Amino acid sequence: MQKKISTLPFNGTPEQEAKLKEIIEKHKGDPGAVMPVLQEAQGVYGYLPKEVQIMIAEGLGVPVEEVYGVSTFYSQFSLTPKGKYNISVCLGTACYVKGSGKLVDEITNQIGIEPEECTEDGLFSLTACRCIGACGLAPVLTVNDEVYGRLEPKDIAGILDKYRA
Amino acid sequence: MDMINIKINNIPLSVEKGTTILEAAEKIGVNIPTLCFLKDINEIGACRMCVAEVKGARSLVASCVYPIEREGTEIFTNTKKVQDSRRTTLELILSNHERKCLSCPRSGSCELQRMCHEFGIDDEERYAGENPEVKVDESTLHLIRNNNKCVLCRRCVAACNEQYVGVIGANNRGFDTEIGCYFNKDLNETACVSCGQCTAVCPTGALVERDQTEEVFAAIADPEKYVVVQTAPAIRATLGECFDMPIGTNVKGKMVTALKMLGFDKVFDTDFGADLTIMEEANEFIERMQNGGTLPMITSCSPGWVKFCEFYYPELLPNLSSCKSPQQMTGAMIKTYYAEKEGIDPKNIVVVSIMPCTAKKFEVKRDDQDAAGLPDVDIALTTRELAKMIKKCQIQFTKLPDSEFDPALGIATGAGAIFGATGGVMEAALRTAADTLTGKSLDEIDYKEVRGTDGIKEAVYNVAGTEVKVAVASGLSNAAKVLDKVKAGEADYHFIEIMCCPGGCVNGGGQPIQPASVRNFTDLKAERAKALYEEDINLPYRKSHDSPIIKQVYEEYLEKPGSHKAHEILHTSYVERERY
Repeated sequence: MQKKISTLPFNGTPEQEAKLKEIIEKHKGDPGAVMPVLQEAQGVYGYLPKEVQIMIAEGLGVPVEEVYGVSTFYSQFSLTPKGKYNISVCLGTACYVKGSGKLVDEITNQIGIEPEECTEDGLFSLTACRCIGACGLAPVLTVNDEVYGRLEPKDIAGILDKYRA
Repeated sequence: MDMINIKINNIPLSVEKGTTILEAAEKIGVNIPTLCFLKDINEIGACRMCVAEVKGARSLVASCVYPIEREGTEIFTNTKKVQDSRRTTLELILSNHERKCLSCPRSGSCELQRMCHEFGIDDEERYAGENPEVKVDESTLHLIRNNNKCVLCRRCVAACNEQYVGVIGANNRGFDTEIGCYFNKDLNETACVSCGQCTAVCPTGALVERDQTEEVFAAIADPEKYVVVQTAPAIRATLGECFDMPIGTNVKGKMVTALKMLGFDKVFDTDFGADLTIMEEANEFIERMQNGGTLPMITSCSPGWVKFCEFYYPELLPNLSSCKSPQQMTGAMIKTYYAEKEGIDPKNIVVVSIMPCTAKKFEVKRDDQDAAGLPDVDIALTTRELAKMIKKCQIQFTKLPDSEFDPALGIATGAGAIFGATGGVMEAALRTAADTLTGKSLDEIDYKEVRGTDGIKEAVYNVAGTEVKVAVASGLSNAAKVLDKVKAGEADYHFIEIMCCPGGCVNGGGQPIQPASVRNFTDLKAERAKALYEEDINLPYRKSHDSPIIKQVYEEYLEKPGSHKAHEILHTSYVERERY
């Protein structure tokens, strides 16, 4: 699957940028520095927006395409931000056969974002994950650290409302 | 040297320890097919076409990256196991390859097609499966990127990185892997410099120049249009390759005959424009030296380099010579001087140029390249496109007699001829600058230190009592090294020649495609450059200012180098460009 790239405005702070520069300095000159820098940068920003990738490329003196290539190769790297509440729907085998695909569709219907996207107000993001080890509760989703199981599409609205306060 | 004795296909031979199987086999005339391997720049062992059997090894090895270290190593390159493996590899590549071979511009020169033929692939559908169609990137003026024909060999990526540009690379993963640009941009939204080196190394039809031959045929067919063609110095040294002539054959005479047969109204020589460039550039250099102008002055003939400077070294734009390139100067003179002289309305003139270069397609559309209020050049074709036109018209190129360029703007000097090789512009400029400053016609005109295919060359010359420090760089990674030194204040050059492509225009991105099997074992740029230096020696005039046409155009029209009129017609300006 091709990785989605965030279209939301970049809101990096000067503190984050200072941290990123430290990270780049620490790894500069190491062979294969791009991957660890991306990993730590994601720790700082929560995701890897274009602006950050460009800063990494300039800082390490490598083409930005190389940075982008690495960021799209590894599944742990995200190019879209996470919302205040990240909804993660399990698409593992058990959940999938129990209809978790329909849960994703329902969430998309309700908040207008697809997997790997974040709402404009930054409240919700949606990800599709692999088995989280709660197959007995299939189909399962989590909102941050809270787990919701044995769901049907009609349950989605109520769950979302809880976080909209 | 540590030599070891080995056997390849039972043939004994002695090789230096550490030689790869691919290199060793080549020494005894055994060809091993490769798709991804490009010597020095793409040694990744990824395509698995070059597999061979090494006695005692557990599995097949990739001969392009397998160093032979052991005395007595026995290698087999053609066993059934090897053949079967290569066939499977090809069938897998074909499983998601757009097999529109009949209409593919690379049909006949496609390395994948040739291998399928040689390995007797008789079932294109053996591994039929998912084959999603991907968007063709037609965003740029100079090339078309069709990933449906990409085999993911990464040769283009290596070439782009070697050029210090690096705007294409492998994105995503597994079956979704594709060669693309950062943030999935179209190529024209990136800092691509249009050099076209990717098109010269692509084994298939995934990267091809934008074909404008039909536009030229249409112009020739239009009775209202006066269609003039000019050919760059480096074309004559390479065009023959498209007709199976040996690399480094100078085909100037046949090329002119072919162009006349194609129906161009006039056939002019861009070498004339090169001579004119030297007149202006040498004058600009002397002025900068004498009047405290920005130094070092850097040449501006190579549009890939100019675009690179605009993207990556904008702080050095004041160092760039304001001279237009020979292509643009020739075009400008055709639409002003020549049009006035012949009483032709420049609006009806179509100037076509044959260039070794894909960036020329970009250059013709640049701003401030319109001396007559019209584009100086209308259509820039590559060497490959000219060959296509000749073939389309069924002209038997190798059998053609020689002809001469049309004399109006077709007489040129050896100085113009060597523009096509790295160091040529510098040498040509020094020949003219030295004569101008001494007021004599010097006999010492060979500046050999700046010749040759080294990526960076430096020399110090005494020009009429003044010490002139020069540097010559070809290939943008070499250019970057020189420029970084200049920026850091570590170099005090006066004059720098930069050519975008490694080796200069003879190795340009629009030049005939040689398969990896040739590229990996032949120094193309050296072989092709020889043809130009030979031409230099054999021409009656070897200094730009000695050319009778140059004298004439200054007398009749331009007054003197650097005059107001010369500036209006022959000089241009540059812009800083955003990289992201």
